[in-house]
Amino acid sequence: MRFLTKAIVSIFIVLAFILSYPILTPASKSSLAFAEEVKKDASASSVKEEKAKDKPAYPPAPKLKETDYPKIKGFNGRIVIWLAAQLHLWFAAFVLAVPIFVLIIEGIGMATHDERYDKMAYEFIKISITAYSITAVFGGLLAISLMVFYPDFMKYMTGIFGSSMLAYAFLFFAESASLYIYYYGWNWLNCGFKKWVHLTIGLVLNAVGTTLMFLANAWVTFMMSPGGVDAQGVFQGNSWAAVHNFLWNPINLHRTIANIAYGGSVVGAYAAYRFLSAQTKEEKAHYDWMGYTANFIAIAALLPLPFAGYWLTAEIYAYSQQMGITLMGGVFAWLFIIQAVLIGALFLSANYYLWCGMGRSEGAVRYNKYIKYIAFVIIACFLVWFTPHTLVMTQTELKALGGPYHKYLGPLGIMPAKNTAVNIMILFTFLSFLLYRRANKIATVSWAKYGNIAQIAIFTGAIINIVFLGVYYGYYTNTALKVGSSVPQVASTLFVIILCMIIDVFMFKGAKDVAPLKWGNVPDRSQYALFLLAVSFTWLMGLMGYIRSGIRQHWHVYTIMRDNSPDAYTPTIGYAAQIVSIAVIIFMAIVIFIFWLNQISSKKH
Amino acid sequence: MKTFLKVVAFSVVVILFYAFYASYGIPQIKPEAPPQEEKLDLGSMTMYQFIALGDKIFNGKGTCTLCHNPVGGRAPVLDSVASIALEHMKDARYKGKAKTAEEYIRESMLEPSAFVVAGFGVKGTNDTESPMPNVATGAIGLNEAEIDAVIAYLQKKAGTEVTVKIPVGAPAKEEKAEAATAIAKTPDELVAKLGCGACHKIAGQVGALGPDLTKVGAVRKEDYLRRSVLDPDADIAKQCPTGPCAAGMMPKDYKDKMTAGELEMLVKFMVNSK
Repeated sequence: MRFLTKAIVSIFIVLAFILSYPILTPASKSSLAFAEEVKKDASASSVKEEKAKDKPAYPPAPKLKETDYPKIKGFNGRIVIWLAAQLHLWFAAFVLAVPIFVLIIEGIGMATHDERYDKMAYEFIKISITAYSITAVFGGLLAISLMVFYPDFMKYMTGIFGSSMLAYAFLFFAESASLYIYYYGWNWLNCGFKKWVHLTIGLVLNAVGTTLMFLANAWVTFMMSPGGVDAQGVFQGNSWAAVHNFLWNPINLHRTIANIAYGGSVVGAYAAYRFLSAQTKEEKAHYDWMGYTANFIAIAALLPLPFAGYWLTAEIYAYSQQMGITLMGGVFAWLFIIQAVLIGALFLSANYYLWCGMGRSEGAVRYNKYIKYIAFVIIACFLVWFTPHTLVMTQTELKALGGPYHKYLGPLGIMPAKNTAVNIMILFTFLSFLLYRRANKIATVSWAKYGNIAQIAIFTGAIINIVFLGVYYGYYTNTALKVGSSVPQVASTLFVIILCMIIDVFMFKGAKDVAPLKWGNVPDRSQYALFLLAVSFTWLMGLMGYIRSGIRQHWHVYTIMRDNSPDAYTPTIGYAAQIVSIAVIIFMAIVIFIFWLNQISSKKH
Repeated sequence: MKTFLKVVAFSVVVILFYAFYASYGIPQIKPEAPPQEEKLDLGSMTMYQFIALGDKIFNGKGTCTLCHNPVGGRAPVLDSVASIALEHMKDARYKGKAKTAEEYIRESMLEPSAFVVAGFGVKGTNDTESPMPNVATGAIGLNEAEIDAVIAYLQKKAGTEVTVKIPVGAPAKEEKAEAATAIAKTPDELVAKLGCGACHKIAGQVGALGPDLTKVGAVRKEDYLRRSVLDPDADIAKQCPTGPCAAGMMPKDYKDKMTAGELEMLVKFMVNSK
């Protein structure tokens, strides 16, 4: 049996490597084979040789007419694809993220010999396995819709990414197999060496899943920043260049972090659902703990997410200043005000949940007085982020105000002010977490007093530094340097989080508990904060999907292949919000249905 | 089931709030339609129409104003690029081959890194590399005639001589030939014949170089308007859409291009434009 499990693990590793090889090597085998085939054909006869010389190996991007886009009565191709792609992406993000933290939680359970972790990890993966088949259904719907409504575009993309698309299909089988073994083998592979095997399968599952996402990201980013093709869109035969295009890595990083935060928020909503429908104290305690863990995962990933987003935006500017300005300064500029509201909702609901969680601990009473100040700072930062730079006004209002910028609020609309606000918001959310973490503990180390002083000094110094950088760069330098504050501000925030966490871990090592934690002793409204987190995250992802796709404007593949369909125009934000809302309602309906299915599946007569 | 309904209701309320806010809480700006491939009838275009075409491309298809605007500060404002071109060409950092202002502007559009104005280069390149794309390629993709039109527009905007020629096989129609065409029967026909709309907003045309004439009758009297057509530099309007109006912008030979009856029809039309 031991040999068999080892063999299964080895087969998966080798399979993943073999399937990845053609795509992740500078010139994929298929492209080389294609070139070889062209050579053979060319040498077959002199006539053919002449033709092969004249004919390019790959065709240029087609120039389409409106009539090249099939129409199906009663369906709008763009809306069908929009909904299918968005729903596929949400479910895919969820089923890719859950195994990442399930593996970590399983590992923690194994290291601490605490069975609760193992039970929770199993419950997490149980939710994701129900969502897995739905992910595949929407993926299939998306692929079919693209072939039906945009056949020429798909033909062009397949000509370049055919090998990676095939690899994607094989990897999907590998992911399914590893997921099913990981889930169904949970109890079978649950002790001794078998547990290691189970963890290894989990690792393979994550490696394959992440590779799948990176492949799909390559197709998406190729459409934004095409690589491996010339100005006419002729593929140069190097698959790696097409995959490793300019925006591939920034999107990979941003999506990986965002998926974890998103997966955390959805399982948090599941835990909240189960908490609200729990019949016993034990059940409530279990799902309260599960909700807390899920929220912790979501927030831990949410904190670095703005930085990954910043890198992605900077890379978009670096790739094409025109695309960057379309993103931040054009018609989409107002979208970032909506984004501010959504991220404000995320931070406030996450903090609110933490504050409600103070009720689990008797020792938390000491810190309750600080919560109102933290809330005040977070709301103030949210309002700064929410302040638009240029106001849309009537002529009379413009005259009364003396211009499109408000005298006092206008300066808060620029990026340095917003960067300052978001960094402080992150720091105060971290402070909420620190207070929660130590609420039920009393440090026993001799240097606890100095540790606290050091933490306060680090926080204070960082906030002064962040505000100074924001004010100096924002108002005392020229425009080109205004965003120069971003990197040192982010560095200050990360410095605080890392250093204070290290101090805290050592300071509370072996600390005394004030009283046993009362899991389940939180108000029901705290669970709605978890739901707010999940819904806001879903809606925000939908909106940002619209902008990511929208900045290509009227191009299928930016600057290479023009979209000449009747839907090539960019829709208004309101229209996009309505489509996104319809998609979120469909998604949440399915997700809550999955929660309900999981609930009834665990009921016993 | 009760919990199920409660969380569904809560989720729907949150989603509707976001949808409502995004639809009604912020201004709805309708993005511009994708630029269309225009077939330019260069053979029948006057230089003023050609300059107006450059204006349209500069502010539209060329997307120049995304960066070259006084608010964003991402690229230098180009109001006087034609007049300071020679100065830039003498700069030690200049790497191009242009000999004239016209060549310099064309070079800047096709090889933007030939000279980068201090402070506007790619970060870390010490102003040796420009972030601007070649306007003849990629998403902008201007053709030769469109590039020349933008050059003509920038030269006119700087108040320098427009040296660029309309790039067609056949030269631009001689303006005398235009005057010899049939007598206009309506003000709209006359405005179209004289090409007033290349610079002015008038009779449904939307030029943006000269003053807006759609309500000129409310502020100017008949004599003033007649004098402005016959002798454009006699009175200079203070404000044009692109900045202060300058003498010499409007051709002085319109008196030779129309009959007395046409002149009176145009003046009457403007007087009634209130």
